[in-house]
This record gives sequence, structure tokens and C-alpha cells, in this order.
Amino acid sequence: MNAQTGAAGSAGSWLIKGGRPLGGEPADLLIADGTIIGVAGPGRDRQDAAGGQRTQVVDAAGLIVLPGLVDLHTHLREPGREDAETVASGTAAAALGGFTAVHAMANTEPVADVAGVVEQVWRLGRQAGYCDVQPVGAVTAGLAGSQLAELGAMADSAARVRVFSDDGRCVSDATLMRRALEYVKAFDGVIAQHAQEPRLTQGAQVNEGEMSARLGLAGWPAVAEEAIIARDCLLAAHVGSSLHICHVSTAGSVEIIRWAKAKGWRVTAEVTPHHLLLTEDLAAGYDPVYKVNPPLRTAADVAALRAGLAEGTIDCVATDHAPHPVEAKETEWAAAAFGMTGLETALRVVHAAMVDTGLLDWAGVADRMSARPAAIGRLDAAGGHGCPLVPGSPANLVLYDPAPGEPVDPAARASRSRNTPFAGMKLPGRVVATFLRGRPTVLDGTLTR
Amino acid sequence: MNRHLISAADLNRDEAIEILDTAEELAQVADRPIRKLPTLRGRTVVNLFYEDSTRTRISFEAAAKRLSADVINFSAKGSSVAKGESLKDTALTLQAMGADAVVIRHNASGAPHRLAGWVSGSVVNAGDGTHEHPTQALLDAFTIRRRLGRIDGLRVAIVGDILHSRVARSNVWLLTTLGAEVTLVAPPTLLPVAVGGWPCSVSYDFPAILPGSDVVMMLRVQHERMTDAYFPSVREYSRRYGLDSDRLALLPEHAIVMHPGPMNRGVEIAAEVADSARSTIVEQVANGVVVRMAVLYLLLGGSEGTR
Repeated sequence: MNAQTGAAGSAGSWLIKGGRPLGGEPADLLIADGTIIGVAGPGRDRQDAAGGQRTQVVDAAGLIVLPGLVDLHTHLREPGREDAETVASGTAAAALGGFTAVHAMANTEPVADVAGVVEQVWRLGRQAGYCDVQPVGAVTAGLAGSQLAELGAMADSAARVRVFSDDGRCVSDATLMRRALEYVKAFDGVIAQHAQEPRLTQGAQVNEGEMSARLGLAGWPAVAEEAIIARDCLLAAHVGSSLHICHVSTAGSVEIIRWAKAKGWRVTAEVTPHHLLLTEDLAAGYDPVYKVNPPLRTAADVAALRAGLAEGTIDCVATDHAPHPVEAKETEWAAAAFGMTGLETALRVVHAAMVDTGLLDWAGVADRMSARPAAIGRLDAAGGHGCPLVPGSPANLVLYDPAPGEPVDPAARASRSRNTPFAGMKLPGRVVATFLRGRPTVLDGTLTR
Repeated sequence: MNRHLISAADLNRDEAIEILDTAEELAQVADRPIRKLPTLRGRTVVNLFYEDSTRTRISFEAAAKRLSADVINFSAKGSSVAKGESLKDTALTLQAMGADAVVIRHNASGAPHRLAGWVSGSVVNAGDGTHEHPTQALLDAFTIRRRLGRIDGLRVAIVGDILHSRVARSNVWLLTTLGAEVTLVAPPTLLPVAVGGWPCSVSYDFPAILPGSDVVMMLRVQHERMTDAYFPSVREYSRRYGLDSDRLALLPEHAIVMHPGPMNRGVEIAAEVADSARSTIVEQVANGVVVRMAVLYLLLGGSEGTR
């Protein structure tokens, strides 16, 4: 069905003229056969370097060139909830957001807890072709939290699973968590924990504090996240394994992770774009578009998360893109689903929260949204993601216009779902083009096919 | 006045007093042989009740009927996304039927906020989850003012399960707006952790605050709180936070005892206290009708020409 990708979508060779790699001085990037083959100051004629092929030119004057973004935390919903998202629609959204690889979370129906399901998701990603889809395997069978899923079979499958997570649920049993951390050492795996002590968060709806008290909604206390993170850091240290902490949301969590890293333990962490920009105050009108797990927290938490990301205590930004159909959100707060879409707005939100505030430069953004998540997800060496913009690297990159952007229009998204908390918000910037191994998936802000 | 009555926190002092004064005028009508006013003739009030609450529903029904409104009772018990029609679809149905006001009781906090976004008529919150119950607070304020002549400067103790109480929340906002000094009395487990940000004080010692109280408002305590470890046993709760005759004797002579009902006699309130002359419990029920008449009158009465 993709017989005529046309000139716009072909790999071939490309000259990206006058863009600013990592926000630095303008340079030309020459791409051929899926690889960056040259980077040089602007103005020189580079047509010959591609070895006589017809080179297509992209005028990137004024645009920032970043390595293709990598998301460690995406819900693609397929198989099972194709009304909310499919691998094809979710990866199209990812490409429009500047991503060249996403990690697909395991909480599908059926759960991605066996080799067959992770291979199916991996294959669907390859068929769609918008970005690489790296399945995440479940830690426990059926996400039930009672026995380990076949972690080794998923690791050995065609999908080469290295990240395992029961995301959406916490592996709350301490012994099971210890065993999972130990077991994945055999194949350089990492356990990505959704840190939420279940007994402390029964029926929890919003951050426990002034807002939960006022709104009469059950509170989700910060300690329920922090207690699990502290425990799991200690467990990872004890067994000498790798722990990754999903969607860190509190100032206290940042402190605990800083402490664990200072000990030299193999602990990494992610923060979502929405936790970097939004606060619990948005719950005041009971609109469940702001309902997410972990919940939006206080302005002090947002400030600590930003500082943690800037200093590297939090390694990366991950979207926790969680699409839901309209009816799951057009309801009473307590009955609504948790989650927000995020792939198409992630870079713009990070621009607003981290770059416009002076906390990160564009090289820092490239590190936190590409290099580090690729390393944590084991997609750097084997997958060619998160590589520096130098000759020899796979040509995975994004061209980003940092000029003031348009208000976010949920209807104009590629995702099947519309549950973005940024609707109508005037965010900076615009993703202009995304290249996956030398082939544009997005040009002029539009999918190439 | 606003188009809706969703939260007591939305009322400023003048608006709250206007409701109480209007209720006072309407109470005069209640003493006449013919108690019906033609004010809302031709207007439709829907009572949309997702929880069983006969007392609140019939209070609103009586209020609307005494103002000559057409009343439709819609009981949607147990309705949720999982079973039955969604709140939005119900709202669109009521909208299509031309409801001028929807009185909603719902087990989910914030349901009236959502409803107000889907219907063009007025929304009156008749109790939403553990959030608010503004007409209960208004009738409590009305009862206090009638008994004690004022609200400004009075010391009011609200005792019991503050954490889960919509009555407590609405009364904290309304009574402080009207100038009362509110003290919340409860075991620490039944107070919100962020209660320090509320415009009131907090005490864990019930007997100690009684001599300085003009009003004691007792809240119903639910049995299931015990199984959730909020307190060790009903007996211990009753000993520490129940109002019996010995504690009643600690109150100043003029002080009154209130309860929004339904009561657990022998748990949070002893039978002889509930039935004593200090108790306003039956008056609260009667006052509920005139206060709800005032709310409907002010929300709907003046708007006929502008619709």
C-alpha cells in the first residue's frame, strides 16, 4: 500500500540547509542511505557528496536540529483498545511530535506479558513505519502482581524486550519486585516501576493537600509515591540491578532519587511534560481532562521536578501518552479515566517549561529527550537512537521551529484521542520535520503519507 | 445572584444574607392557610437524584411546589458509566425537556459542576459526594439566626467526620462568610491533612471546646469508617466525640445543638440530647423547605422576562 511514497517520503539523499544543530551555529547536514554523512558550515555546495544521487533540499534556516526524540513511556492501546489509539495512529502522533522511537507500554488487552503479544506490537510498528516501536513487557503475568511474566522469553523474542513494567499498576509486593530486579540482570533488563503504594491510594483522585480537601476528592498523597521509590532504590542496590522510575511527580521523590544516585546505584527516572507545566489547581472545575495518575501536584513540586531534570537527577522526559475515548472523560471526575495525550505536544511543553525558563539549552533537551531515554531503553547501540548529530550516525532527527506557536487544537491531532490538557494553550514552537533513518516521516509539519 | 448554586464558597456575604432574608419572608407565607405562591408557575424543576435521600428530595419538591413550579422527580440510583446512561446523556435529555432548574444529588464530588456545563438551566447542588451541600448550610445558618438572633461573632463547633462530610465543608465556607468562628472537632484521622488552610480552627478535645461554643453541630458517623481504620470502634468514637447529657451540661445555657440528619442515636448523639429543648433538629427540617424556596425563587424568579 506504500508503493508510491513519492519524492517527499523517500530515503535517498537529503541536504538540510542552514539549521542549527542543538541550537548552535547554523550548519548543513547531508544525509544519504539513512545515515548522516556530512555536517559543515552553511553555503557550500554539497550536492557532490551524495555520490551523484539527486539530493533533495530542506531549507532549515532558523530551525533547531535535534536528534530524533525517544519516548520511554507511550500507551499505544493496541491490541484491545483500538477505539482510543492504534499503533499506526499513535506512532503518527509520535512522528508529528518529533519522535523516532517510542516504548509501547504493556497494559494492552491482552496484556503484553508473553512473546507473542510483544512481537505483534513490534511488527505493527514496523508496518506503520512512522517510528520505531519498542514494546515494553509486563513484569507480572496479566499485570496481576502475583507471579513473574515470562521475562526471558520476551527478551529473546524478535521484539528484544529490555524494559519491563506493570505501568498503571505498582509492583507493590516487595519480594516480587526484588525477584524481578534480580531476574532481568541475566539479559541487561530494567524494571520500570509505577511507584504507587496501593493501600495509601485507594480510590485516590487528586493530589492530597489543599485541593483534595476543598474539592472533596480522595487524596493521592506524595508519600505513596516516595515510599515505593525509596524501597525500590534500596532493593535495586541490594541486588545490583537497574531500576527506572516512571513519571516522578513530587519534590520528595526527586530528593530520594538524588540520594540514590549519589550512592552510585543504577537508578534512573523520568518526568512527564504535564508534570513539568501543570498544577493541581486545574482540578478546581472538576474537568477530568486534568485527571492523571500520578496526579498533577503543587507549584513547589513542579519547580523541584524542573530543577531535578535540569541537574540530571531526573534523566529524561517521557510522555506517558495515554489516549482515551471521549466518553471516558465526559463524565464525573471519579468515574473518568486517568491519563493525558502527550506525544504531539511534548517538545513544545519542554520548550516552555525548561528552555524558555533558562533551565536547559537545546543540547540539554537533546540529552533528556533523546540520548538518555535511548540509553535507558537500550535503543542506543542496537537501535541507533539518541546518537549525536555527527557523520556516521543514523539519520534520526527532528527540525523544530522555536518561534511562538499556535494554540493547541485537539481536533488537529493525529492521535485518535482528544484528551490533551493543553487544548487552547499557547505553547511555543512547532515540529517542522522528522527523519527516521534518513526518510522523512514529517515534512512541513505534516505526515509524509 | 449567580445562575447556579453549586458551592457555598461561591456565595459572598450579601448574597448569603439575601437568601436568608428571602427565606424569612417566605416563612411568613408558610404560616398562612394557603401556603402556595404563583411565582414559578409554568417553570419546570427537575429533582435528579443519584442517591437515596428522601428527606432532601421531598424538601426540594415541597419548596418547588409551594412556588407553583412543575416538578419532575428523576431517580437515577446507581447510574454510572458502567451501568445505564451517562450523566451527560441524562443532562441532554433534561435539556431537551426544557428544565428551568435541575436539583442534583450525586455520589461523585463535582457532578453538579459537570452538569452545569451541559444544561442551560440553573443547577442546584443538593449534595455531591464528599464535596458540598450548600442548601444544608443555608438552612443551618437560617436556623442559627432564628434561634440566636445573629450569626456574626458566634462560636460554632462542627463535630465528627469532617473528611467525608459535604455538610461540614459547606458550613465552614458559609458560616465564616457570615462572620462566625468555626471550630472543627474530630479525631485527626477524620480531618483533611490540609485542613490548616481552611478559615477555621481545629480541636481534638471535644469537652474542652464546649463551654465556649454557641452552636454544636453533630455530624453522622458512618460505620464503614471503622473498618477503614479511621477509629478503633464505635464505642470509642462515641466516648471521645459523642454528645451525651454530661457534655450537654458543659455548654452555655443559650447554646443550641444541631444535626443534619439522619442521626445515629447513641453514637454521635444521645437520644436525650437529640430530643432536648436545645436541639434544633426538627426545626432544621422545617426550615429546609423555606430556604430551598428562597434559593429557587432567587435563581428562577426574576429571570422570566429575560429568557
